[in-house]
Amino acid sequence: MESRSILETIQMIDEENLDIRTITMGISLLDCIDSDGAKARQKIYDKITTSAKDLVKVAGQIQTEYGIPIINKRIAVTPIALVAAASSDADYVAYAQTMERAAEAIGVDLIGGFSALVQKGYQSGDRKLIASIPQALAETSRVCSSVNIGSTRAGINLDAVGELGRIIKQTAAIDPVNCMSLVVFANAVEDNPFMAGAFHGVGEADRIINVGISGPGVVKRALEQVRGQRIDVVSEQIKKTAFKVTRMGQFVGSIASERLGVPFGIVDLSLAPTPNEGDSVAEILEEIGLESVGAPGTTAALALLNDAVKKGGVMACEHVGGLSGAFIPVSEDAEMIRAVRAGRLGIEKLEAMTAVCSVGLDMIAIPGDTSAASISGMIADEAAIGMINNKTTAVRVIPAPGKGVGDEVEFGGLFGRAPVMPINASQPQAFIARGGHIPAPIHSFKN
Amino acid sequence: MRAIITVIGHDHVGIVAAVANELSQHDMNIVDISQTIMDQNFTMMLLSEWDEANLSFVAAKQLLEQLGQANDLTIRIQRQAVFDAIQKL
Repeated sequence: MESRSILETIQMIDEENLDIRTITMGISLLDCIDSDGAKARQKIYDKITTSAKDLVKVAGQIQTEYGIPIINKRIAVTPIALVAAASSDADYVAYAQTMERAAEAIGVDLIGGFSALVQKGYQSGDRKLIASIPQALAETSRVCSSVNIGSTRAGINLDAVGELGRIIKQTAAIDPVNCMSLVVFANAVEDNPFMAGAFHGVGEADRIINVGISGPGVVKRALEQVRGQRIDVVSEQIKKTAFKVTRMGQFVGSIASERLGVPFGIVDLSLAPTPNEGDSVAEILEEIGLESVGAPGTTAALALLNDAVKKGGVMACEHVGGLSGAFIPVSEDAEMIRAVRAGRLGIEKLEAMTAVCSVGLDMIAIPGDTSAASISGMIADEAAIGMINNKTTAVRVIPAPGKGVGDEVEFGGLFGRAPVMPINASQPQAFIARGGHIPAPIHSFKN
Repeated sequence: MRAIITVIGHDHVGIVAAVANELSQHDMNIVDISQTIMDQNFTMMLLSEWDEANLSFVAAKQLLEQLGQANDLTIRIQRQAVFDAIQKL
C-alpha cells in the first residue's frame, strides 16, 4: 500500500477538481436510414436507447467504486444530415426532438450530432439540417449541433460561412443561451467526446466509448511547486501531471468499455476548465508567469502548455483522439471572465491563442447588434487558422440580443457566465457576400 | 473484494479503535495499515479485504460514511486499481 500516491490521488480529486469531464458513447445511425422519416426516427430512438441504456448506471458505479467524479454522460451520433437525407422531410426539427427524447429516456446530459459536414459542398440533407438548427435548438435542451465548414484538404465553404452567420443570429434571436449548443468547425474530428461539437464520424465503429478528461487545477497546483524555475522545468512538470490526469481517463474508459461491452475508442487529452475556482486554464498561464491572461506572452505560454499536455498524455493512454488540447472557453473559466471584465483580454488575443491550442473562439458573448456578416467573418478567420495550420478550430459565439459591451450572459452550471466582448465594428459584408469556396491551401513552402 | 479506506480528520482519541471495530463487526479484514499526522490532520490508510457475498461495496461505503459523520472524520473507500492506474507505469 503506497500511502503517498494514495493521498496524492485523493488530493487531486478533492482539492484540485480532477474529474472525468465526460464519458461519451458514439453511436452510428447509418443503419437507421429510411426513406420514411417517421420510421427512421423510430429506429434512431430504439438504437440510442438500447445501445446506451446502461451508460448512466455504469458511470455511476465507476464513480462510487473508484471515487472518481464523472461529470457528464453523453451520446454522439452520426451527423443527422446524412441520416435524414434519404427521407423527404421538409425540415429536420423532428429528428432533434427524437434525439432529445432518447437522451431523456436514458438520462444522459447531452446528445451531439445534429450536424452537417459541408466543407466541400452541400448535399440535400445539409441544407435542410442547417436551416432547422434555430428551431431544433429552441425545442430541445440536450441536443447539440455542429457544422463543419472547412478543412485543410477541402478549403472553406464560404457559402456555408455566410449562412452560419445568419443561423447563429436566428438562434440567438429565439434565446441566446441556445447558441451554446451550436459550434461551427473547421477540421472537425470524428471522435470528439466534448460538446457542443461531438458527433460520431462515418469512419467510426458501430458503437464506441470516448472519454474526455479535465484537470486544470491539478496542473496549476503542480506548477506552484516550480515557481521561478526555468521554463524547461515547467514543461516537464506539466508533462508529468498530464500523464497522471490522462491515466485516469484511460482507466475509466477501459472499465466503462468493459462493463458496457462497447469498444474503447480514445481519450481526449484536454484541459477543460469549469467556472469553479481553481479549475481554470487561465490560472495556469498566470502561474507560468503572466500578470493576466491576455498579456503579451500569452500565446507562447499557451503553446507550451498545450504541447506539454499532449506529450505527457500520449504515453498515458492507448489511443488519443478528439480535440486534445487546452480549452479556452471564456464563460467557463473564472479567471478568463475576470480578465475580460478588466479589459485585459480581447477577442483578437483569443483568436491568436486559438492558433496554438484547442479549439477556437469558444463561449464568447458578443453584442446583440453584431451583424451576421461579422459573425461569418469571425468564422472565416478561425477556419482559416485551422485550414492553414492543420488543426481543428471552431466558433461558438453568443450574440446577446439587446446587450452591449459590459453586460453579461448567464448560462448556468458548467457553462458559466460570459461578459459581452467588443468586436471590431468594420464590416466584412462584401467579402462574405461573394460566396463560393476558398480553395484548399498548398502544403509546401511553409512560412 | 479489496479496497483502500482512507480516514482523514482532526486527531482525537479512539479513531483507530472506532474504525477497526466497525470493520471487524462486518467481517472486513485489515490487510495493511498506515497512520500519520499530516498538517495536523489525522491520516490513516487501510487496505481491507472482505467477502462481497456478505457485504456489497455500496453497503460498505455507506457504513463507513456514516461512521465518518458520527466521528467528524472523512472516510473514503475506493477500489485499489484506481491508484495503481494513475500512479504506476
